[in-house]
Amino acid sequence: MKLPRPSLRQVLIAAAVVLLLAGAATVARRSGPFAAVSVTVVQPAQADLAPVLFGIGTVEARRSYLIGPTTAARVLRVRVDVGDVVKAGDLLAEMDPVDLDPRLGSAQAAIERGLSAQRSAEAQVADARSRQALAASEATRYQDLQRQNFVSPSVVDAKLQALKSADAQLTAAEAALAAARQDVTRLGAEREAVGRQRANLRLLAPADGVVTAREAEPGSTVVAGQAVLKLQQPGSLWVTTRFDQARATGLAEGLPASIRLRSAPERALPGKVLRIEPVADSVTEERIAQITFDAPPVGVSTKEMAEVTVALPVVPKARVLPNAALKMHQGRSGVWLLDGERLRFAPVRTGARGPDGAVQVLDGLPGDARVVVYSERALNPDTRVRVVERLAGSAP
Amino acid sequence: MISLAARDIAHGLGRFVLTGLGLGLLLGVTFSMAGIYRGMVDDAQALLANSGADLWVVQKDTQGPYAESSSLPDDAVRGIRALDGVAQAANVTYLTMQVQRGETETRAMVVGFEPGQPGEPPFLIAGRLPVRSHYEAVADRMTGYQVGERIRIRRHDYTVVGLTRRMVSSGGDPMVFIPLKDAQEAQFLKDNDAIVNNRARTAANPALNRPGVPGLLDAINATQTSNHSVNAVLVRLAPGADPDAVADTVRRWKHLQAYTVAQMQEILVAKLIATSARQIGMFLAILTVVSAAIVAFIIYTMTLGKMREIAVLKLIGTRNRTIAGMILQQALGLGLIGFLVGRVAAELWAPFFPKYVLLLPGDAARGFAVVMVVCALASTLAIRVALRVDPAEAIG
Repeated sequence: MKLPRPSLRQVLIAAAVVLLLAGAATVARRSGPFAAVSVTVVQPAQADLAPVLFGIGTVEARRSYLIGPTTAARVLRVRVDVGDVVKAGDLLAEMDPVDLDPRLGSAQAAIERGLSAQRSAEAQVADARSRQALAASEATRYQDLQRQNFVSPSVVDAKLQALKSADAQLTAAEAALAAARQDVTRLGAEREAVGRQRANLRLLAPADGVVTAREAEPGSTVVAGQAVLKLQQPGSLWVTTRFDQARATGLAEGLPASIRLRSAPERALPGKVLRIEPVADSVTEERIAQITFDAPPVGVSTKEMAEVTVALPVVPKARVLPNAALKMHQGRSGVWLLDGERLRFAPVRTGARGPDGAVQVLDGLPGDARVVVYSERALNPDTRVRVVERLAGSAP
Repeated sequence: MISLAARDIAHGLGRFVLTGLGLGLLLGVTFSMAGIYRGMVDDAQALLANSGADLWVVQKDTQGPYAESSSLPDDAVRGIRALDGVAQAANVTYLTMQVQRGETETRAMVVGFEPGQPGEPPFLIAGRLPVRSHYEAVADRMTGYQVGERIRIRRHDYTVVGLTRRMVSSGGDPMVFIPLKDAQEAQFLKDNDAIVNNRARTAANPALNRPGVPGLLDAINATQTSNHSVNAVLVRLAPGADPDAVADTVRRWKHLQAYTVAQMQEILVAKLIATSARQIGMFLAILTVVSAAIVAFIIYTMTLGKMREIAVLKLIGTRNRTIAGMILQQALGLGLIGFLVGRVAAELWAPFFPKYVLLLPGDAARGFAVVMVVCALASTLAIRVALRVDPAEAIG
């Protein structure tokens, strides 16, 4: 059978059909499971890596004071308000003394009464002393007279007895005077005690500072130890910063830090790590460090949130890769290497990490490696890949 | 032998091509509908694959974290990490929310992840993985964000440092990955008004604000604002470990629910998207029937339009087989053009769908077979009419 020569139209139709088929085939190859995955590759670079640690903290005063009475009491007056600057020793507030003032008066009256008793005892001593002197002189005189045999021995004995009695009376009077003096001392101490109690109700500033809270108003009752006022030292601000335990490697005292307050995020305030708390937070899995300001900023409120970036020592001439290149494959961390057209997974060990996503690769990476950074889907060794400059959907 | 079909087509080429094109667009809609269904299933699968987990541990008696809400303490992960057969375990939170981007809003699923653990985005298409432990995000390309832009989630601004793709929730919403601690806060932190109101409410409660217990109110307020819950723990098993055995251990001894990949797939595909999938499936079925009917009508009317020519052919003694072959070839040709146009069209407009459209080669092959069978069946109808035509009509 002889085939007829195809006409021009038939050729055209056939060409169109072939074109459509080819288009469909391309579409089928470029999408779906048979499609090659677009990837970008990079070669590891040599660079100085400046790792940083990042933490969140709150501004706190290093020294703050809770000022309140030592016994339950009612507030009589509060003389300062929040924001007031006070000096050490200033009277800040007073508690109601209730019965302490009358008790002070009573103690004073008791002292005066004691003094009167003391004066009476002194008079009695003087009286006894004069009686004793008279008895002594009489006894001497009668003894002389007896030697000359003018008086009988019984009269002399009576005079000697009178002298002894006068001696005893003087001793008794002197003892009574001492007792009266001790009584005055005791009453004085008692008055002092009441006075101290009274003074204890006056709340004085223990140090220079700023009043940060006024928690009780006159008339309200506070229990022992409850704060009426809160005070803090304005110059002693620091940032109590929390670092994720997993990302706190290298945190050390003395490292330079930059602090950004939430109220002024554009301004980085210099500071340094003053102290790392010996106890970490087990619930939040964070380490806590105190960061001080090099120059304490003015007008910062405590409890304000701050972002802290601590600069770690620079790792010179590190082999670095972008962290997007690190992938997990079969439970191991590593990178996908491109050997010609084939993919190969190479587990690597990583070191320092920079703030821009650079990761130091310690080993596991051949010298001329081509490492896959971005890919359109998760890779495995059988994936066919197509290297492109950048992936669709990402801005240049 | 000359090809009657080709001659006839060449005779009315424009009409034939236009008919094929129209049919193709209709088939394109059908393919797209199948693609939408496949895309939904694939979204669910992608969610499972991208989480990189072998086991999902969730709150007891729930089917979380995707199908139901689940909440468990964030220290439960420690006990799970210690189980035999567990290589890695990590907390993860999921929160679907509207993310503002300038004037527009995108619905997104905010995922809280721990770096280097399951739940982390497995690959990127641009940028880098987060380096800081707070306020950095990786966004899916579908959100429209670019590297360097800022996302506001609740009260914090997050910098987009990396982009990824096909990271979607089971509902097809793109994901935004943020550090776990931030996500915990974002998920459970109330707005400021609510916090202030709640504090006032607590202070008004005499049982919680007792005058004799200073500090009680502060302590209660502090517990109300802190949160230590997560939605799920993603577990990666050690090589060789039996997922069912580990899941059983978790269920029995940890008093939590655990799902293997197969069970999770069952939950997602059979339960979560079941209704919407059936909805689409129903529509797809109707569309297929309608398409088949339209193909049949087109071929039938095309044949009816050529009745006179067929009568002439019969008059000049053309064999029935030749006429039937002509109609069948034309029908199949029309089907072929329709299929190719439809498949290419579906591919072309697929990227413009807001949700993922997955056009599988298997579906295309099945579609091709169905189109050809429908065309062949439709042509039998036309052939019957054509063969019954009276040759006299050619001259009558």
